[in-house]
Amino acid sequence: MSIQSEDVLKIAHLARLGIQDEQVESYASDLTNIMGLVEQMNQVDTTGIEPMAHPLDQVQRLRPDVVSEKNQREALQKNAPDIQDGLFLVPRVIE
Amino acid sequence: MYNKSLKELSISLQNRDISSVELSQYFLDRIKHFDGEINSVITLNEDAALLAAEQADKNIQSGKAGLLTGIPLLHKDIFCTQGLRTSCGSKMLDNFIAPYTATAVSQLEQAGAVMLGKTNMDEFAMGSSNETSFYGGVKNPWDLNTVPGGSSGGSAAAVAARLAPLASGTDTGGSIRQPAAFCGITGIKPTYGRVSRYGMIAFASSLDQGGAFAKSAEDAAVMLQAMSGFDEKDSTSVDRPVDDLLDHLGDSIKGLTIGLPKEFFTDDLDNDIREKVEAAVDALKSAGANIKEISLPNINLSVPAYYVVAPAECSANLSRFDGVRFGHRCDSPKDLEDLYKRSRGEGFGDEVKRRIMIGAYVLSAGYYDAYYKKAQQVRRLIREDFAQAFKEVDIIASATAPSVAFSAGEKKDDPVSMYLSDIFTIGVNLAGLPGMSVPCGFVDKKPVGLQLIGNYFEESRLLNVAHQYQQLTDWHLAVPAGYEKEV
Repeated sequence: MSIQSEDVLKIAHLARLGIQDEQVESYASDLTNIMGLVEQMNQVDTTGIEPMAHPLDQVQRLRPDVVSEKNQREALQKNAPDIQDGLFLVPRVIE
Repeated sequence: MYNKSLKELSISLQNRDISSVELSQYFLDRIKHFDGEINSVITLNEDAALLAAEQADKNIQSGKAGLLTGIPLLHKDIFCTQGLRTSCGSKMLDNFIAPYTATAVSQLEQAGAVMLGKTNMDEFAMGSSNETSFYGGVKNPWDLNTVPGGSSGGSAAAVAARLAPLASGTDTGGSIRQPAAFCGITGIKPTYGRVSRYGMIAFASSLDQGGAFAKSAEDAAVMLQAMSGFDEKDSTSVDRPVDDLLDHLGDSIKGLTIGLPKEFFTDDLDNDIREKVEAAVDALKSAGANIKEISLPNINLSVPAYYVVAPAECSANLSRFDGVRFGHRCDSPKDLEDLYKRSRGEGFGDEVKRRIMIGAYVLSAGYYDAYYKKAQQVRRLIREDFAQAFKEVDIIASATAPSVAFSAGEKKDDPVSMYLSDIFTIGVNLAGLPGMSVPCGFVDKKPVGLQLIGNYFEESRLLNVAHQYQQLTDWHLAVPAGYEKEV
């Protein structure tokens, strides 16, 4: 699988990742090499093998639906780049 | 002082030959003296450490002390520490003060350990050489022109240079074992789910596992014991009692069967490294272990499968860094999309970007079955290979890494060759097994690591074999030239 510059731009957009124009080509070449490594998986036939999501086949543990955490808004917002009245600020979304 | 075992340090503290404040200051002084050249520590925690040491001294005086009370250690900067910067080696979190503390760190704190600071690492734990850190590469104390391995390179280099008796690490594809090998120290990654991942910044959640670095298996056992256990705050934590990891260290390994996977001893393995590993296996044999060749037929697919599973999980986990709630935000974004893209573009380094893109690609519409599902199927085959092997053997042994520490810059611009430096360690993460690395000699004056792999939850047996090996050899006591002096 060869990854072209336009693929890189598309993936970067999907991941909301800004990348420099001058780096697009080198990402395309790196990603092509990495996918070449990944495709070695095709050496083995996995028809009928059940995909494995967890090494110990554990399933998600459930807990009673009760309040377990205190409100820590102020403490948590100390790391926020821009807040006002307890809200996170972002550029205008609706004109 | 710096080469004393944990037990010896603990006895000195209990006998009041030295106080924890003095011991902590001693290692802080070593960090200040030596770390300028190796760059293993990102953030020092001097004032808080000395306060914690004072408290430890009071606990010792009132007879409330355990083995770790008053013992200084370092934490990999991937573990959240309340009130102290937790950068994960990234510009993205350069200004991040964790609002809470990771469970593994709290448990060590409860046991009385004194945190001296946070260690350097590959950005978001993505790397095998510690060269992707925003804070600059770490140098290997055995040879400053070489890398310490990664991603927990700072922790490994710091323990190797005797800047702290213990350090924490995390291992997603070899990030404890490979740096332990490159730096000539002991490192253990327990079974997946054994150490809580709560407050450990997520890279690939189905693979990430915290663990310990120390000078010896015995010291590592004490640290891992304190870190382990069920934590309801981590949904993948395993609810099962923790074995006593110290109880069986002294057991004889007579009659134990050690398997050597033939796939790990092919012509690709460097001959000098093979010799050292075979000598280590001979030593175990002389202690009464049986040696048996085994096969892990699909293990050669572990690196390919890993580079689907890990980037897929990383692209999902790192989507939380959006420039809104915490972390780096770009200047004057023109709209929300610009805010996301520039904040992430500026905050993440190249390797992190590559992995996010691979992850987004393999999970994108039309490719999921060909890559992600396929990788999960291969993952099962690899786990089954190990399960089959453990029907015949108790422990598996191999080299930890295919080479000794390589030169800085050597693989930096070639991701695939960097990824292949983890060929012996990655399968263990895919299967979720415990593994460790112990020093077993030198090639060109650089340390070689022996990897030991155990069955699920058999950390105690793993540490037993490592400890018995260290009773027969003294590779683990070697200190890199220049770092033997007192400061």
